[in-house]
Amino acid sequence: MALYDRRRRRNVMIMGLSVVATAFGATWLVAILATLLWNGVGGLSLAVFTEMTPPPGNAGGLANAIVGSLILTFFGIVIGTPIGILAGTYMAEYGRYSRITPVIRFVNDILLSAPSIVVGLFVYEIMVVRMGHFSAWAGGVALAMLVIPVVVRTTEDMLLLVANPLREAAAALGAPRWKVIAAVAYRAARAGIVTGVLLAIARITGETAPLLFTVLNNQFFSLDPNAPMANLPVTIFQFALSPYSDWQQLAWTGALIITFAVLALNVVARYLSSRGQSR
Amino acid sequence: MATNEHIVASFDDELNDLAQKIAEMGGLAEEQVGDSVAALARRDGDLAQRVIASDLRMDELQRDVEDHATQMIARRQPMAQDLREIVGAIHIANDLERVGDLAKNTAKRVFAIEGNFAAQRLVAGVEHIAEMSLSQLKNVIDAYTARNLEGALTVWQRDDEIDAMYTSLFRELLTYMMEDPRNITFCTHLLFCAKNLERIGDHATNIAETIHYVITGVPLTEERPKKDTTSVTAIEYTESDK
Amino acid sequence: MTDAALSPSPVAASRPPVEALAEKVTIRNLDFYYGETQALKGISLPLYDRRVTAFIGPSGCGKSTLLRVLNRMYDLYPNQRAEGEVIFDGVNILSPKQDLNLLRSKMGMVFQKPTPFPMSIYDNIAFGIQLYERVGRSELDGRVEAALTKAALWSEVRDKLRASGLSLSGGQQQRLCIARTIAVQPEVVLLDEPASALDPISTSKIEELIDELKADYTIVIVTHNMQQAARVSDRTAFMYLGELVEFDETSRMFTAPADKRTQDYITGRFG
Repeated sequence: MALYDRRRRRNVMIMGLSVVATAFGATWLVAILATLLWNGVGGLSLAVFTEMTPPPGNAGGLANAIVGSLILTFFGIVIGTPIGILAGTYMAEYGRYSRITPVIRFVNDILLSAPSIVVGLFVYEIMVVRMGHFSAWAGGVALAMLVIPVVVRTTEDMLLLVANPLREAAAALGAPRWKVIAAVAYRAARAGIVTGVLLAIARITGETAPLLFTVLNNQFFSLDPNAPMANLPVTIFQFALSPYSDWQQLAWTGALIITFAVLALNVVARYLSSRGQSR
Repeated sequence: MATNEHIVASFDDELNDLAQKIAEMGGLAEEQVGDSVAALARRDGDLAQRVIASDLRMDELQRDVEDHATQMIARRQPMAQDLREIVGAIHIANDLERVGDLAKNTAKRVFAIEGNFAAQRLVAGVEHIAEMSLSQLKNVIDAYTARNLEGALTVWQRDDEIDAMYTSLFRELLTYMMEDPRNITFCTHLLFCAKNLERIGDHATNIAETIHYVITGVPLTEERPKKDTTSVTAIEYTESDK
Repeated sequence: MTDAALSPSPVAASRPPVEALAEKVTIRNLDFYYGETQALKGISLPLYDRRVTAFIGPSGCGKSTLLRVLNRMYDLYPNQRAEGEVIFDGVNILSPKQDLNLLRSKMGMVFQKPTPFPMSIYDNIAFGIQLYERVGRSELDGRVEAALTKAALWSEVRDKLRASGLSLSGGQQQRLCIARTIAVQPEVVLLDEPASALDPISTSKIEELIDELKADYTIVIVTHNMQQAARVSDRTAFMYLGELVEFDETSRMFTAPADKRTQDYITGRFG
């Protein structure tokens, strides 16, 4: 029985360590959220969503930054998603057995974890310098370059999860390749692919570094894609480091908004993917 | 790759059981036929009684075989060789049971001719047929046990000898009866006994046909040589035969 | 036709001649390779029109492989190739010039695991029809109903045609797949162990269905259930290790097979 006791003790010890580690990690997460809430909720009001970013010392809001972020995200998604889905489709369908696909997958995985500042610098070089000025176009492109690897990865994974017999059943009816993919494979992987897109949105929502080099910021409300556009991350950067307390308050509020937007997106993505699996 | 045993060993056990039961029936049938004719020749009432009693066992065995075979068909879904074996066993059991009945019938007639030792020559005729039938029976049962196709075919072809003997004995008995009406009872019983023995020979042939089917999967459809013409035999009675 | 050699028997009746039947598909000297491994060796056999032919054999004997050659399903995968001839309506379908989609619309296939598309029941059937035909709404409704009726499923789903195909039970899903296959009016129906994932009652319904379908289609069924092959088919082919060992009328194959390997397999002495 000595052996059994020893093992039981060891079990309790390890379990204890795991619980402590979890608690430690969770504590910090909770602490971050708590800090955000504590500092950000105070500044939350309708004005935040309707007023422009003010000069220091004045009251104002984050309307232009929020709108700008939405536009930039939209650009990023609209440019990046089709490319990502089509690339993922190639890798999972047409090129499944090709020798180049593992190479693409490898490169994609590298890009997935590429430092976003590198992406920003790259777009700065090819677009901002060429155009001579910062712009929302450049921002959108930079964000798209962050979206693509995520969408490629999830699209390929989801399509690979679709069982082959389903494709064979469609092919056995005489459906041409593209129809098999469009009508059957996409349909079956739909939930997963949509989840991938949502995750991509969540990723780019908070990216700051690429925006610094491409779209910069704008104190005023502007919808011109050819010019710098206001956006939340850079605004937060600017306001948080400033010595003005009202700017700092707005920075906290902005951080709160971003965090909970990302949280909401993740929850929706998770819900959709679990619904897709339970069918 | 292939062995001669089923993957499920109990299937083989059941088939062996079936074969054993048939073997027992075969042995019993041989015994019954031999004893019934011996009883007839010696007018031995006790021996005849024993033959009649042993028929119960024969009937029981036949029911057993049928039941066993039906169970196997339901449970094992036998195919090909196995199916033919089982169906063959049912047929052979039927034939053997009939052989037992015929032997019993012969034994019963011992009591009818008790005490009458006339015309031993005719009884010898019946014994002669009995020898042949018994040998056919023995040979066919051996062929079944050994799954010997040649043996079965030999039995199948020799049936005409029995038929020929029966036909000539039939004439003799008719003639004897016509000579003296006091012989009629005795001869009629002998006639039936001879007929029984001839039928036993036929059953042996049936079993041979079944064996052929079990081994080859094809029924034996050629015309069996038939020399039994008693169905068309008639003897004229003339005054001079008195 | 290439029936197996007759067993010798001294006083046997000769086996009656095979009725004159049209050959829908003729397979000649078919070899099949997965990469370097040869999975089918010199297969030659006919598939008769409006009859059910069964392929039986132990695991790995090549029966599913053979079935999948018939509609060139192997073309979806690299490293799989077939050599030899498969003549269907006078054309060798193994030739590179063969239009695969057209071939597959004439050779329907039902798989072992039911594979309803993630669409409504109605759309599942309509999908195949609309691939090659331009059909008006009311005619489409009629075709869908006809296909479901023929698959003995209409009465069970008539009120829920918009429900997802995945909401049906296993047996119903499989009948849906069969309905989907016959909706495109193929000439040959290939069934790859269609009932092995189903309960006995669903299996019986499928067997009944096969009996009815054979009046209009040539049917080939791969099954590892010998009793099912015996019940359902007119001709049976026994395969072993990639070779065709015996091909004969089902009634003879299961009562008096010619080859010892066949006998051993069907009586459960190996396999």
